[in-house]
Amino acid sequence: MSNLITRRHLLWSVPVILVAAAGLAVTKMMQPPPEDLDVSLSKPTDRGLYIASVAPGLAPIVIGTMHGWVIQITTPEGLPVDHATIAVDGGMPQHGHGLPTEPEVSADLGEGRYQVDGMKFNMPGWWVVKLSVNGPAGEDTATFNLVL
Amino acid sequence: MRASTIIVSTLIVGSAMAAYWIMAPQRTWTDEETKLVLSLGLSNLPPLPADPSNAVADDPDAASLGKALFFDTRLSANNEVSCGSCHAPEKQFQDDLPRAKGVGVTARRTMPIAGTAYSPWLFWDGRKDSQWAQALGPLESGVEHGTDRAYVAHLIHTHYADQYAALFGPMPSLDQIPEHASPNVLGAVQDDWHALDDTQRDAVNRIFANVGKAIAAYERTITPQPSRFDAYVDRLAAGEDTSGILSPQEEDGLRIFVSKGECTKCHNGPLLTDNYFHNTGVAAVPGLPEDLGRIVGTDQVQADLFNCLGPYSDAGPGDCIELRYQTKGGHEMIRAYKPPSLRGAASRSPYMHAGQIATLGGVLIHYNTAPAAPGGHSELEPLNLSTKELASLEAFLGSLDPILKGDQP
Ligand code: HEC
Ligand code: HEC
Ligand SMILES: [Cu+2]
Repeated sequence: MSNLITRRHLLWSVPVILVAAAGLAVTKMMQPPPEDLDVSLSKPTDRGLYIASVAPGLAPIVIGTMHGWVIQITTPEGLPVDHATIAVDGGMPQHGHGLPTEPEVSADLGEGRYQVDGMKFNMPGWWVVKLSVNGPAGEDTATFNLVL
Repeated sequence: MRASTIIVSTLIVGSAMAAYWIMAPQRTWTDEETKLVLSLGLSNLPPLPADPSNAVADDPDAASLGKALFFDTRLSANNEVSCGSCHAPEKQFQDDLPRAKGVGVTARRTMPIAGTAYSPWLFWDGRKDSQWAQALGPLESGVEHGTDRAYVAHLIHTHYADQYAALFGPMPSLDQIPEHASPNVLGAVQDDWHALDDTQRDAVNRIFANVGKAIAAYERTITPQPSRFDAYVDRLAAGEDTSGILSPQEEDGLRIFVSKGECTKCHNGPLLTDNYFHNTGVAAVPGLPEDLGRIVGTDQVQADLFNCLGPYSDAGPGDCIELRYQTKGGHEMIRAYKPPSLRGAASRSPYMHAGQIATLGGVLIHYNTAPAAPGGHSELEPLNLSTKELASLEAFLGSLDPILKGDQP
C-alpha cells in the first residue's frame, strides 16, 4: 500500500516538475518588471547635478494615447533651472525597442518647467523614459520607470 | 525493458494530462490579466477622434456623397472597380483574397475598414496619415482603380457637381484640364500634368482631396460591431456572472491571449491593435517586388502632399501631432507592418499583409514557432504552446466575430 503511494507520488512528481519548469520558462519569457523598480516621478539626475521631476498629462496613462508631460528641473537645492536643453528618449528594456514616437520639448514654461509633447506608449508593460538635461551645471541624465 | 519504458512514459504523459485537467480550472485571473481583459472591451472604445484635417469629416451630407463615391464603379479605368469591389460590406469591407483584384492585381492584401478612423496611420505600412489622404491612393493606383486626379475631377463635375458644391463651394471650370492628368501616372498622363500651371494643378488637387474627404466621412460611419467577447467583458466590468457567454475553451484562450501568448503586446485596446508597426517575421512572397514595410512608409507619409501638414489639409497649427512626433524609425521598422484589428479576423482568411497564411490555425503556428524574418528582425519569440492551448486561442479569436454579421451602414 505504502509502496503504491510512493510510486504514484513518483509518477506524479514528474509531470508536476515538468509543469513547474514550463511555468518558470513562461515567467522568464513574460518577464514581469523587476520587483524593486523605482517608479518615483522625482529624483536626482544620475550625476546629482539636478533634480528632475516629471508629471504625465494623462492620469492614468492610456496605452496608445498621445499626450504631453511637464518636466521640472531644479538644482539639488531646489532652485528652478531655466533655459536647459532637454532630450527625451525611452523604450521597453525587456522588449528591446524604443518609443513609438519622438517626443520633444515644445515650450519652455519658465521657472524650470518644460512642456514635452508627443509622448505615447503602445504596449502594456515596463517602460523607461530617459531625460538628457543640458543646463548651466553641465550635462546629466535621469531615467524614469513606469508600468502600464 | 522496452515495455516498461512505454508503460512508464504513457503513465507520465497520462498523469501530466490529468494534472493539467485538474489544475486548469483552478487557475484564477491575476489582477494584471483582469485589467488587460477589461481594456479590450468595445465599451472602452472612446468616441470617434476628431479629424481636424478634414472639415467635413462629421457632415452627414459628406458621408452620403462619400458612400455614393465608395460604390461608384465609374471611378475606374474599366468602369468595373469601386472601393466596394475590394472592400465589400458583406465581407467586413474586405475581399477574402490573398492579394486584391482591381484593374490589376495588388501586391498586398485588402485591409478591413471598420475602426480605421481611430488609426493615426493607414495602409499596412502607414504611408498615409488620414482616411481622406488614404482614399486618394487606390484611385491613382494602376492595379486598383487605374484612374487619375484629372479624370476624377471631371467625373465629379459631370455627375456630382451639386452635391459637391453644397459641401465645398462651386466647382471651378475644368474646360482647360485634359481628360487625364496626374503626377503619379507615368507617361502621357504625367506629361499632361506637367503642362498645367500651378492654379490648374491646385484646382484639380483640391477637388481630388475633397473626394477623399467625402469618402472619409462615409468611412467614419463604419465602426466595429459588438462580439460575444464584449458581452463577456461588460459582465466582468459590472461584477456580474460571466458564465455561459464564452465556452470554457474560449475562456482558456482569452487567458492565453492576455498572458503567455503575449498577444496584447501588439493587439491591445478595444480594437485589438496598437496601430503601430511591428516585424513579426512574416515570409516574403516569392515573385513580388521587395516589400520593406514601414521603413518606406515613414518617409512617404512625411513627403505626401495630402498629409495633415500639407496645403489641402484643414488642420490648424498644432493639430498634426502624429506626423510631427512621428519616429523616423530605424532597423526596427524594416518589414514592420500594422497589426490588423483582430475583431472579426476569425472569419476573414487569408491572413497577413500579402495573404501569406491561409488559416487562423496557420497564424497561430506562426506565433508558436516565431520564424526568423526575411528582412529586419522579428519581434516574436517562440511561444511553445501546446496543441490544446493553440486550439483554445483559436476558439477565443472566434468570440471576437461580430454577433450580427453582414451589411453595415
Ligand atoms: C483593388 C482592390 C482595392 C480597391 C479598389 C480599393 N482598395 Fe483599399 N485597400 C486595398 C489593399 C490591397 C489595401 C492595403 C494596401 C497597402 O497597404 O499597400 C487597402 C487598404 C485600404 C485602407 C487602409 C486600412 C487600414 O487599416 O490602414 C483603407 C481605409 C482603404 N483601403 C479604403 C479604400 C477606399 C476608400 C477605396 C476607394 C477609393 C479603396 N480602398 C479601394 C485594396 C483595395
Ligand atoms: C510583436 C507584435 C505582435 C504580437 C506580439 C502579436 N501580433 Fe498578431 N500581428 C502583428 C502584426 C504586425 C500583424 C500583421 C503582420 C503582417 O501582415 O506582416 C499581425 C497579424 C495577426 C493576425 C492576422 C490578421 C489579419 O487580418 O491578417 C492574427 C490573427 C494575429 N496577428 C493574432 C495574434 C495572436 C493570437 C497573437 C498572440 C499569440 C499575436 N497576434 C501576437 C503583430 C503582433
Ligand atoms: Cu514592447
